[in-house]
Amino acid sequence: MARISTAPDGPPSSHVGAWAWMRASLFSSPLNTLLTVLVLWLLLMAVPALFEWLFIRADFNASNAQECRESGGACWAFIVEKHRLILFGVYPYDEQWRPLLATIILIGVIVCSCMRRFWKPYLGLIWLAALTAVAILMWGGVFGLSHVENDRWGGLPLTLILATFGIAFAFPLGLLLALGRRSDMPAVKALCVVYIELIRGVPLISLLFMSSVMLPLFLPEGFSIDKLLRAQIAIILFAAAYIAETVRGGLQSIPRGQYEGAESLGLSYWQQMRKIILPQALKVVIPPLVGIFISLFKDTSLVVIIGIFDLTQAAKTAVADAAWRGFSTEAYLFIAFIYFIFCFSISRYSQSLERQLQTGYQR
Amino acid sequence: MAKNSPPSKAPRRRLSWNDPGTRSLIYQVLILGIVGFGVWFLVSNTLHNLAVRNISTGFGFLNREAGFAIGESVIGYSPADTYGRAIWVGILNTLRVSIVGIIVATLLGTLLGVARLSKNWLVSRVAGAYVEVMRNIPLLLQLFFWYAIITEIMPGPRQALNPMPGVFISNRGLKLPTLQGDGLDWILGGLAVAIVAIVLLGHWGKKRQEATGRIFPLGRWAAGLIIIFPVAGWLLGGAPLALELPELKGFNFTGGLTLTPEFAALLAGLIIYTSAFVAEVVRSGIQAVSQGQWEAAAAIGLPRSRVLRLVILPQALRVIVPPMTSQYLNLTKNSSLAVAIGYPDIVSVVNTTLNQTGQAIEGILIIMAAYLTVSLSISVFMNWYNKRIALVER
Repeated sequence: MARISTAPDGPPSSHVGAWAWMRASLFSSPLNTLLTVLVLWLLLMAVPALFEWLFIRADFNASNAQECRESGGACWAFIVEKHRLILFGVYPYDEQWRPLLATIILIGVIVCSCMRRFWKPYLGLIWLAALTAVAILMWGGVFGLSHVENDRWGGLPLTLILATFGIAFAFPLGLLLALGRRSDMPAVKALCVVYIELIRGVPLISLLFMSSVMLPLFLPEGFSIDKLLRAQIAIILFAAAYIAETVRGGLQSIPRGQYEGAESLGLSYWQQMRKIILPQALKVVIPPLVGIFISLFKDTSLVVIIGIFDLTQAAKTAVADAAWRGFSTEAYLFIAFIYFIFCFSISRYSQSLERQLQTGYQR
Repeated sequence: MAKNSPPSKAPRRRLSWNDPGTRSLIYQVLILGIVGFGVWFLVSNTLHNLAVRNISTGFGFLNREAGFAIGESVIGYSPADTYGRAIWVGILNTLRVSIVGIIVATLLGTLLGVARLSKNWLVSRVAGAYVEVMRNIPLLLQLFFWYAIITEIMPGPRQALNPMPGVFISNRGLKLPTLQGDGLDWILGGLAVAIVAIVLLGHWGKKRQEATGRIFPLGRWAAGLIIIFPVAGWLLGGAPLALELPELKGFNFTGGLTLTPEFAALLAGLIIYTSAFVAEVVRSGIQAVSQGQWEAAAAIGLPRSRVLRLVILPQALRVIVPPMTSQYLNLTKNSSLAVAIGYPDIVSVVNTTLNQTGQAIEGILIIMAAYLTVSLSISVFMNWYNKRIALVER
């Protein structure tokens, strides 16, 4: 009797290994082969040249612009020379450890809030403490720190402050607007609808212009708010409308039974919302909310237009230095890289969160 | 316990805090009162401030002479024209860049979205990298970057880059060839004939397929006809149409179509940024169609291109249209960033107006009204389209 081997056969040799992988994913059809060749050709044309410009022929330690131009590559010496200006703006040079520390604290609390371990009520206290610490560090005037006016703030800390304070205030406002739009009270509902649609219909720039030229007219005589705060208010009012629409989507996705069940327990409106509805609704909208936070972070760059010294404006100022003309590409690439690091890590985080929260069937 | 009362008799409405109706009425009156007071407070402050600063109000300034030049315009404009016309030029410039941007970003974004789902590893990775990089860098920064590339890095007109015949890239912007001459009517006529022929062929092909089951390759025929007929028309008309190439004369180019550095940078930025978002919308729309639809369509023997066109796309469009609408709205609103690189869109023109006349409130109101009108028209159109393609249920 012939023995039959019971060990399972491996897949046929034409289906394993690098060659099979290439055949399946690069050359599976004539069209695919053509595409692969085309893309490879494009990459071959672009990547080595770019790499050469970025690193090989780049000048990292030239002492002046002329030396840098002769190298023929990217002039990273320009960034080395200007990095303090780009990162911290015109903050007093000797005190720049303060914005640095403030930046680290802000990034620290943002990272903490991303970890589920910290999703406890005391997170609010951490935020309060961190924001206070940032305010003390930036303004000074206490604990022997010299006072620094906020028109000298600038660069990365300012961008982060605009974004974090923006989120911290826009989120509760957006929540209230979303609840208002779903309210049974016609007057409240109408007010919220008008606000949300009006804000979403106009660009952020028009709100920033409004805050810079119209707000001073709105306020009583002799009473003024400084430019930075006005821009911050505009950003908060703008983001709140978008957050409200996203949260409304979450509220609509909660089945009616949940509302009725909560009501039948005899909970008051705010108890229903706080204990039953919002925890479920917010969980659904975490991914789109993170998307809004990313676009808010990117939108802070618009304050350039009303002359606030954020990261983008700092780069523009560095570029305008007559002694270092013509290196704007390097400066913009540098801050683009900073923005990218922040936004990309937040979006990656949002994707992982989406996977964790997903309970549906997936192939 | 409540007393038993005959149900026919409606309970007498008493003013009580425990009555939800009364409570909500009081809340609403309170909220409206607060908002009303706030508005009154702001308006009275504003009127007072305007009076103190001696700023006139009203839209009368629209009829006064503007006195400033605008770099580019779709309609005729000179500094002697009124502010009203200047603002209209700004609105048209905004619309021009938005419409071109929306069309190109949709095409490029769809291509990228499909490429990201491609089975070709290299293609999907390259598309993925493009999307991730472009949507994570602020648009304003991208605009500055492209503008700097065009105005600083690009050579002057004399050394202009010439990637293909008739196209010149220099620090004066992009030069493209244009069509000149009166043969345009013949070409348009040919195009019209081609469209009619394609519609008729489509009808006939569908009938034949229903009768015999043989599929008529309409796509190939249509592509052929749409080229052949206009070319035939052009030849019939005696080929009167000449391609006008830009030419270097002295220090600048003459002839051809010009895209100014501002317009080119704004358009490039808007297209590159928005197409990354459009790609994500298209990808998620296609992925939202369940795997079973692909498999079932493949099981009845449809080739992949027909599966995509007949089964997947009609279902994916339902998911795609609402987020696509908001991308279009975003692009239109983002075109306001033009002010940062000096393209004369509505925000930039109104900003100049506002600096000259000091009438900030009217200026901002005009900007907001213009954007609200455009936003509402786009969303009305897209809602109509969305309804048309929505699932029709029994």
